[in-house]
Amino acid sequence: MYIAQVITNGILLGSVYALLGLGMTLIFGIVKQTNLAHGVFIVLGAYLSSVLAPVLGIDPIFTLFLTVPLMFLFGFVLQYFLIGKAMQKGNEPALLVTFGLSIILQDAMLLIFTADAQHITAAYSVANFDIFGLKVSVLNVVLFCISLVTIGALWLFLNRTYIGRAIRATSDNPEAASLAGVSVKKIYAIAMGIAMASAAVAGLCVGMKWTFYASSGGSYLLIAFVVVVIGGLGSVPGTLIAGLLFGLAQVIGGANYGLLISYVILLIVLVVKPQGILGKKV
Amino acid sequence: MSEPVLRVEDLRVNYDDFIAVETASLSIEEGKIVSVVGLNGAGKSTLMNTIAGLNKPKSGKVFFMGKDITGLPAEKIAACGLSLVPQGGSIFNSMSVQDNLLMGAYPRNARPHAKDALHHVYDLFPVLEEKKKSPAGTLSGGQRQMVAIGRALMTKPACLIFDEISLGLAPAVIKDIYRRIIEINATHHTSILLIEQDTQRALKASESFYVMFKGRVVMSGKSSEADPEELKRAYFGM
Repeated sequence: MYIAQVITNGILLGSVYALLGLGMTLIFGIVKQTNLAHGVFIVLGAYLSSVLAPVLGIDPIFTLFLTVPLMFLFGFVLQYFLIGKAMQKGNEPALLVTFGLSIILQDAMLLIFTADAQHITAAYSVANFDIFGLKVSVLNVVLFCISLVTIGALWLFLNRTYIGRAIRATSDNPEAASLAGVSVKKIYAIAMGIAMASAAVAGLCVGMKWTFYASSGGSYLLIAFVVVVIGGLGSVPGTLIAGLLFGLAQVIGGANYGLLISYVILLIVLVVKPQGILGKKV
Repeated sequence: MSEPVLRVEDLRVNYDDFIAVETASLSIEEGKIVSVVGLNGAGKSTLMNTIAGLNKPKSGKVFFMGKDITGLPAEKIAACGLSLVPQGGSIFNSMSVQDNLLMGAYPRNARPHAKDALHHVYDLFPVLEEKKKSPAGTLSGGQRQMVAIGRALMTKPACLIFDEISLGLAPAVIKDIYRRIIEINATHHTSILLIEQDTQRALKASESFYVMFKGRVVMSGKSSEADPEELKRAYFGM
């Protein structure tokens, strides 16, 4: 029974970890860029939801209807006018731009929201229910559903729409994509917009699950990195699997050994299958 | 004589200090097949990539269906109905054959006809329909070229440019692909520009030809009236 409980908790939690890596893997896979600001974007998403929910008097989940489009727009503009320009000068300048952005954003949030711990509370934050003798947190189930819907929606978008197909084509061969009528610059901006929108969802989830600070970006970035590398750069299903593995490792190892186990998994993956579980050979 | 489909005037292309195309002019009438031959490094591919918008010209003009398209980005030119099948086909290896073809219908004006166009491509290359679910990267060289041609056809282009379509293919496959190209030209009245190293094959397939040497167009004429000796001298720059 104990094992079933651990696995259930690990899987529920793991979906949130997958969500943290989702935007990162997209930018890796499509724009071929390391977005060092992704962790801070997640914190930004968390703050947006934490501010909007009490102001509008709605359940935190419904703030997504505002934060997702807002963050999409922010990402689009950022890539189109700033990061894209830096990319013309090479990969390193663009990397530095994302690093600089993360510092600016983090300090801005520190200024606006202070250094105090924040948490997004909902009516069901501490509720539990029993099923098949297992004790399950309502919050974890809600977060699991949000994560799965987000990942599923993104997968469908990438595989079933003209824009999604153009995104995959651009990641495969940008020159051939432009010959097929795709504006690569615009596709990169859309990809960054989607990554930002996923950061909005991830921010809501981590904000509801844990306390967060203006300075939490670094630890989220680290988790995102681990999940993305285990899953395979650019693979959406791989990110889901890696997130679940990471979640299981956290629950099995607890506060003391959780991170240790995840890094051991990371090392094993790097040795056995360096391109990640579902990554493509380079 | 009406306005040619594609007209290139004194195009010059540099890569930094290196002059890749010094001066090139050519034109292609509606529904015709024209070939451009020349040695490796004569500037043929650079010229075609510049026409299609992948490179920016230093000077000169490109007109497509009477419209000045000089310096437009590649995606805008593709949407106008001028399609380049680049050297080596350059397809999307990780995507299925069908997704590769559907990518060709990405320009907004092509999307409503995507289904028809897809059927048409499958009629032309039945083997692609058999393999529509396979990743394009697993196909043979000839089939990859068929995917590249099929993708270019999805916009129902007025003009198609094939850059050394026969490169690295077996003679029987080349013959089959050339037959399809002539079929495309005949059924849709599509103007076709063939880039080739093999002069014999190019002249056989085209109505008129241009010879490029060291970044210049050095000879042109009707393919059936080409004098082999003169052609050889122009080709090798003797």
